[in-house]
Amino acid sequence: MDLTYAPALESAAIAAIKPRYQLFLDGAFVDGGGDDLTSVNPATGETLTTVSTASAADVDRAVAAARRAYDGPWSRLGGAERGKYLFRIARAVAERSRELAVAETLDNGKPIRETRDFDVPTAAQHFFHHAGWADKLGHLGLGPAPRPLGVAGQVIPWNFPLLMAAWKIAPALAAGNTVVLKPAETTPVTALILAEILADADLPPGVVNILPGAGDVGSAIVNHAGVDKVAFTGSTPVGKRIQSELAGTGKKLTLELGGKGANIVFADAAIDQAVEGIVSGIFFNQGQVCCAGSRLLVQESIAEEFLERLKRRVETLRVGEPLDKNTDVGAVNSQMQYDKITGLVEVGAEEGAGVWTSSCTLPDRGWFVAPTLFTDATASMRVAREEIFGPVLTTLTFRTPEEALAKANNTPYGLSAGVWTEKGSRAMGMAAGLKAGVVWDNTFNKFDPTASFGGYGESGFGREGGTAGMAAYLDTDDEGAL
Amino acid sequence: MARLTVAKTYKLYLGGAFPRSESGRTYQVHDTKGSLMANAALASRKDARNAVVAARSGLATWAGATPYNRGQVLYRVAEMLEARRADVVELVVQSRGVKVAEARAEVDAAVDRVVHYAGWTDKLSAVFGGANAVSGPYFSYSAPEPTGVVAVAASSASPLLPLVSAVLPVLAGGNTAVVVASQADPTVAVTFAEVLATSDVPAGVVNLLTGDQAEIMPWLASHGDVNGLDLTGVPADQRVALERAAADTVKRVHSPRREPDFTAAPGTARLRAFLETKTVWHPVGGISLASGSAY
Repeated sequence: MDLTYAPALESAAIAAIKPRYQLFLDGAFVDGGGDDLTSVNPATGETLTTVSTASAADVDRAVAAARRAYDGPWSRLGGAERGKYLFRIARAVAERSRELAVAETLDNGKPIRETRDFDVPTAAQHFFHHAGWADKLGHLGLGPAPRPLGVAGQVIPWNFPLLMAAWKIAPALAAGNTVVLKPAETTPVTALILAEILADADLPPGVVNILPGAGDVGSAIVNHAGVDKVAFTGSTPVGKRIQSELAGTGKKLTLELGGKGANIVFADAAIDQAVEGIVSGIFFNQGQVCCAGSRLLVQESIAEEFLERLKRRVETLRVGEPLDKNTDVGAVNSQMQYDKITGLVEVGAEEGAGVWTSSCTLPDRGWFVAPTLFTDATASMRVAREEIFGPVLTTLTFRTPEEALAKANNTPYGLSAGVWTEKGSRAMGMAAGLKAGVVWDNTFNKFDPTASFGGYGESGFGREGGTAGMAAYLDTDDEGAL
Repeated sequence: MARLTVAKTYKLYLGGAFPRSESGRTYQVHDTKGSLMANAALASRKDARNAVVAARSGLATWAGATPYNRGQVLYRVAEMLEARRADVVELVVQSRGVKVAEARAEVDAAVDRVVHYAGWTDKLSAVFGGANAVSGPYFSYSAPEPTGVVAVAASSASPLLPLVSAVLPVLAGGNTAVVVASQADPTVAVTFAEVLATSDVPAGVVNLLTGDQAEIMPWLASHGDVNGLDLTGVPADQRVALERAAADTVKRVHSPRREPDFTAAPGTARLRAFLETKTVWHPVGGISLASGSAY
């Protein structure tokens, strides 16, 4: 009897993708001075739409518009009214959620189940949560009257295009700043649908400007003399370059960079739950997650059995058409990312890390990578140290909790970690010892706007979400002085 | 015949000991009348690197101490500084030629500043962390943790208060420090190190270098085992290179845009500059909903 699922395709037409998108600058949709880019559907390799891009002159115009809005209507508005705009935006994101989910899946390649159930609702929640802070800045614990910084320049990645835009824009506006944001070159569509929502919400012109383009546009924004605050999410090398470029400028900087998160399974873990957690930790969003649990640390006494169960579970992951509601693993985002992932898998195999790949069939077009495990890696191998940013899990073993902690912390990164054990004191004790900004005990990949997210060490600094996330967009009374 | 005074040799403070510079170098410090106050150690690159090693080894002890214990130790610093008040006042007067009343005011303010930060250690989690009201059956909390090893360039605005104002928030947060003292005031800085050494501050928690900040700070800014930089004492035109070097390992940098008013009541920016927020999640399961409560 054939028990495989029948296709359950979401309609691409729901996204109503336009043939061409424009910049959102000073409240209007306009053509930019840069060359058009084509955004490609990673599941097919076909052109999805054409997008106008910004030139350096457009960046000047956008920063000037943001400054006018900051000096003018936005700062005169008062916190309560600012908050009402954000509440309005949150509602509108929810209202257009199905369209946004489909558009995100088409532009990014991630499964509709994730865009529908995670990316879009969490984006709406970020606007809703931060809306409420706008008139309560004095209650943040940052002094009686923290002030906005001015114009925020924001550059976001392609792995959660709409959600990252929400993570950046919502706290910036709640704190009273105005925004110039660049979406990623390969995923500009949902940020520009969000721009339509902002325009429909009657947000004053210039408060948010969205400028698609490549790295040169991002560089022009973060280095613009009229920008007071820079927030970047992306790779550690680019983050380091931005920190270096901003040296001496006095611009407030927050960086959300890479990671190589350890997901630690003790022998006393609830094994079925741990297997699910490891799978979600590395195959969620095709592993293209800065906080992915990309290093499995499993206690030696159960390693063999655990890996067998893990392989059995990974075999059942449905890889393919992202618009299919039953799909677990979609397409990786671009040819470049595909090449990077497959290149590092080859490196791991050459290093002798023991490569195992799911026997799933892959679509004959688009950028799909079969879920892959390295079953026998050592700490010095590249696949145990470098961020792969794909559906590839590297396995190491340990004997004692102390060894697990030492191995988990043996990385310049420090973004996330997971701990699987049924022993409460061990779960909390490991959480205390892990050098990571987020620790998930007996769960993984949980996010909430009330819970600060961000890294230790070379995973960046500053937080998003929670009161620490608001602090990233405020000048507190004592910051320039004592 | 007048008694010949016994002059003190001013050395570095590294890992709980007072060694000379490994380079053997010294520089002469004069009072405002031109008389020799001391031959202070002119710290070298190797001293700076030794200081980082000491600070790293002190970190586990200090960050692992309970906040209550850290508060008690820092309060002990205030007690010991109060006990050395007369010595320090005299050194400040000699070093800067200020009136005794002014020197006393500075030392008193420094003691009070230490007390202020001693009281912070067990309140950081309450003020900068707490339970997160997440929308799901999870207990989620966020709490501040120390950044790690922080290199501090103390301001030379005056001999003691800027030094104390920079070092104490670093310590209150559970970090350890490599401090490059104001070049003009090594006698006051080393006396403060003696206060720390007799206050139950564990070895390596504070490591004090005297000498030329412009020579030493670049080594600390580029050091791979330094996690944070406080550039308060560095002139604005020299900060760019240090901030650029810090980017190689994504160091946290505190670089105040205005000249601080050290006599003002401190805020929390210096504390927050060297704290990391850790968020921890744990499922609570259906039982939390069955009982009608959530975190």
